[in-house]
Amino acid sequence: MTPLLLLPGWGYPLLLLACSLVPAVTIFLLPRDAQRLRNLVNLGGAGLKLLVVMAMLWGVYQGQSYSFALPLGAGLELLLHIDALALLFITLSALLWFVTTIYAIAYLQDDGEQRRFFGFFSLCVASTVGIALSGNLFTFFIFYELLTLSTLPLVAHQGDDKSLAAGRTYLRYTLSGSAVLLLGILWLEVAAGSGSFLEPPLGMAVLAQESPITLTVIFALLIAGLGVKAAIMPLHGWLPAAMVAPAPVSALLHAVAVVKAGAFGIVRVVFDVYGIELMQALHLGLPLTIVASATILLGSLIALRQEEIKRRLAYSTVSQVSYIVLGASLLTPLGFIGCLAHLVHQGIMKITLFFCAGIFQKKLGIHRIDEMDGLGARMPLTMLAFSAGALGMIGLPPMAGFISKWYLGLGSLQAGQGWVIPVLVGSSLLNAAYFLPPLYRAWFRPARVDWPERPAGRWEAPLWLILPGVFAAMAALGAGVFAAFPVSPLEWARLIVAREYTLP
Amino acid sequence: MAAGVLLQPGLLLPLLVVLPAGLAAILLLPGAALLRVVPSLAVALQAVLLLALGQAIGHEQRLLVWLGGWDAPLGIGLRADGLALAFMLMTTAVMAAVLLHQWRAYSSGREGRIFWALLLFLWSGLNTVYLSHDLFNLYVALEIAGLGGVALVALSGATTALVAQMRYLLLATMGSLFYLLGVALIYAALGVLDLTLVAEGATAAPVMLAALALITLGLLLKAAIWPLHLWLPPAHSSALPPISAVLSALAVKAPLYLLLRLWFEVFPNVPGPSAWTLLGVLGAVAVLWGSFLALRQERLKLMIAYSTVAQLGYLLFVFPLAQAGGGWGGRAWSGALLHLLSHGIAKAAMFLAAGALVLRLGSDQREAMSGASRLAPVPLFALALAGLSIMALPPSGGFLAKWLLLSAALEARSWWQVAVLLVGGLLAAGYLLRFILPAFRPPAEEAQPERGGSGFQSAAAMSLACLSLLLGLAAQPLIELLSLSYPGAGEISP
Repeated sequence: MTPLLLLPGWGYPLLLLACSLVPAVTIFLLPRDAQRLRNLVNLGGAGLKLLVVMAMLWGVYQGQSYSFALPLGAGLELLLHIDALALLFITLSALLWFVTTIYAIAYLQDDGEQRRFFGFFSLCVASTVGIALSGNLFTFFIFYELLTLSTLPLVAHQGDDKSLAAGRTYLRYTLSGSAVLLLGILWLEVAAGSGSFLEPPLGMAVLAQESPITLTVIFALLIAGLGVKAAIMPLHGWLPAAMVAPAPVSALLHAVAVVKAGAFGIVRVVFDVYGIELMQALHLGLPLTIVASATILLGSLIALRQEEIKRRLAYSTVSQVSYIVLGASLLTPLGFIGCLAHLVHQGIMKITLFFCAGIFQKKLGIHRIDEMDGLGARMPLTMLAFSAGALGMIGLPPMAGFISKWYLGLGSLQAGQGWVIPVLVGSSLLNAAYFLPPLYRAWFRPARVDWPERPAGRWEAPLWLILPGVFAAMAALGAGVFAAFPVSPLEWARLIVAREYTLP
Repeated sequence: MAAGVLLQPGLLLPLLVVLPAGLAAILLLPGAALLRVVPSLAVALQAVLLLALGQAIGHEQRLLVWLGGWDAPLGIGLRADGLALAFMLMTTAVMAAVLLHQWRAYSSGREGRIFWALLLFLWSGLNTVYLSHDLFNLYVALEIAGLGGVALVALSGATTALVAQMRYLLLATMGSLFYLLGVALIYAALGVLDLTLVAEGATAAPVMLAALALITLGLLLKAAIWPLHLWLPPAHSSALPPISAVLSALAVKAPLYLLLRLWFEVFPNVPGPSAWTLLGVLGAVAVLWGSFLALRQERLKLMIAYSTVAQLGYLLFVFPLAQAGGGWGGRAWSGALLHLLSHGIAKAAMFLAAGALVLRLGSDQREAMSGASRLAPVPLFALALAGLSIMALPPSGGFLAKWLLLSAALEARSWWQVAVLLVGGLLAAGYLLRFILPAFRPPAEEAQPERGGSGFQSAAAMSLACLSLLLGLAAQPLIELLSLSYPGAGEISP
């Protein structure tokens, strides 16, 4: 027992939320130029959260769970709950938030609007934690919307025409998606009664008998609403537009915050609201598999045609996040393990790539792939990290990406959907086709442009910009190499599946 | 002992009614300090009285008090329940914020006296609307509140304000006239004005229908419900910010409150189902048309005023939803009223924030919003926070209200209402963010915030904005209070 565990059970969800919410409020209250104090608050919150998460991991591993409920009147309840699945997402976000905070502090050192940025940045992370902690759809929706709003100032941060246009596009997509999601949630509640992720609504089984069409329509509404954030095609349009945001924002958006919130929501709906039996009885898995497969292939195809680094990464995200959806749609234990592992793996790998792309852009002004010639010699550490992330995305062993693809393949066989394997292979080939050329250019071609001289005796870029990327790259490697260790994402995914989704 | 007597229901309700206007008399005395003391006293005393009322209602649920010991039909009755309490609480909160906003505004002088005297009279009028149990007294109360509002609009002294004031005055008078005609018909038919007695005598006879139609028309005109909304945007946008706040948050709510009382409690069996639906349809058109117009405004305060036209429409949804007598009626009732209350708080916050923004930025044109996030961060933040409630996004009272309304509409299978609720939220996001997004632009090089505007103004806007969030997170007691006042499915359905 760590001393932290002395808190009553309901205190932990609140403590986790407070770790980001309190810094957010504090930052807004601090004076604009109190840079040091602000960084201290920021890192303090992120660090404390990591400690709490570790204590939680130990507790949940031993079979504990923690809940907090606040009735809001008229039968509505704000329910926060920590189970193994929530903790998977929380751990990912806590870890990557800490790293991204360090990176963002270094990246935005000269920015005039740091207070606004870091305030909303913390709020954004608080919402993500809230999404992970949500114990019912009502609570989920609250934090889901909070995430939409707290991300807007980050997307529009630079305040030029392009950023504002991106902000508008982002809102148009996400708010429309939320309206559809809200309709789905409320319809379900009206038709089947209210429930939580722990105990699905009581009326579901009856409704499945009486009116399977209703349940199917509601499912479609829920997935469409969540699919906007998860960037399922054709609802992905906001994601490439949002690329104008500063690099730390893109990193967070693609790895933990927005797209993951959508994917996580889909996982909750499939497994905790509908449940595997009902999903199978209503034949809802296959259509989702098909949509996810199409997005995986199309996203990769479009990524292939992008010449801007960040846009290529964006379409790669579109494709990669659908792996998570694909894994969930297979409705088999192995597929689900792949889905959960990929939720973490994709986050670590994608954040590596964005960290590095940000350094290229900030230090050398590189935006396009064809400007990367000879970059390996100029920025060896950063480029190494980038390469590790890229190879992981392709799914090369022993990187983390390989593990998730392996389990997704096994899962599809288990589900009797062998046709998914060619999709996975095809996507890997496409991944290779769009990630290997930049690597080739960087390592094997001579530099075409005279970059500013690297100052003697200094690092290739400020150390605090490089270290987060290197750390994330090592994590991506570690998650693959040490996949069999009890603390790896894969093993935690196995634990979740073994514990909560025992199949007939 | 003395305090105990004072807080007895028999004195409590009359005190709530006369206190603000009575305090206004003190303003006739000289002394600049009075401009802070008197309103502070009014806010503090109202708060204490409301607390006591809350206690009393907790025991009885509904209080009926006869002034001077005379029973109906001779005496004057005052009646309080959870609904009235909730509305008076909202009024007190908005007035407290206005007080904070005006703390530094008047160091002395005539202008300040007129401002507060009118506002306190308006306050008494509103409380009378909430508490009165008699059709004619309600007319008088509506007139006091209406005329107070008209006079307040003109305080800004601008020519546009004077034109707006004339239009407001004409239409408000016309509304009162319709109402009074209706009351006269009822008195001619039944010979009573007390609400309970009228309710007992009310039948679906043609004269009753005509009376209710006239009363409804008058109230809809006063509440600026589409298509009778034309007077509202110019009046509300040209007044001083605290006045706009009071008018948009409180003054237009009083006729709606009355409409609800009369239809659900006094004349539930008079209008046929199609009439209830018609009100809902008017509300739906108000939401869509008001939002559409708000989307086309280039001035901040006009946008906020058109948003009021749109938002008031949601209340009318309760008429078809709660009338049908389904199990969802209570939810629709609580939702619609919670919406009205959170809209009051949020809209007042927005007008106060807009006032502070205009002082800092020098203009309320949309282009002037550039750089607001640097030049006026606190008012901008308050505007956005209060905007959450208008957009019905969590965590806000507006969100909770919409959740309840939407859930009721879904259960009633009233798809057109579901659609309007969803689309209305998106349109609201559209018209608000049109103004908020440009604030992220960096300010022009030479731009400096204007000197105008005190910290008090921002603080007032901010505290109301926070309150509108609190309504979403700690609404349970309020929702219970509101649902207690739900007339109940059994009483309504014939």
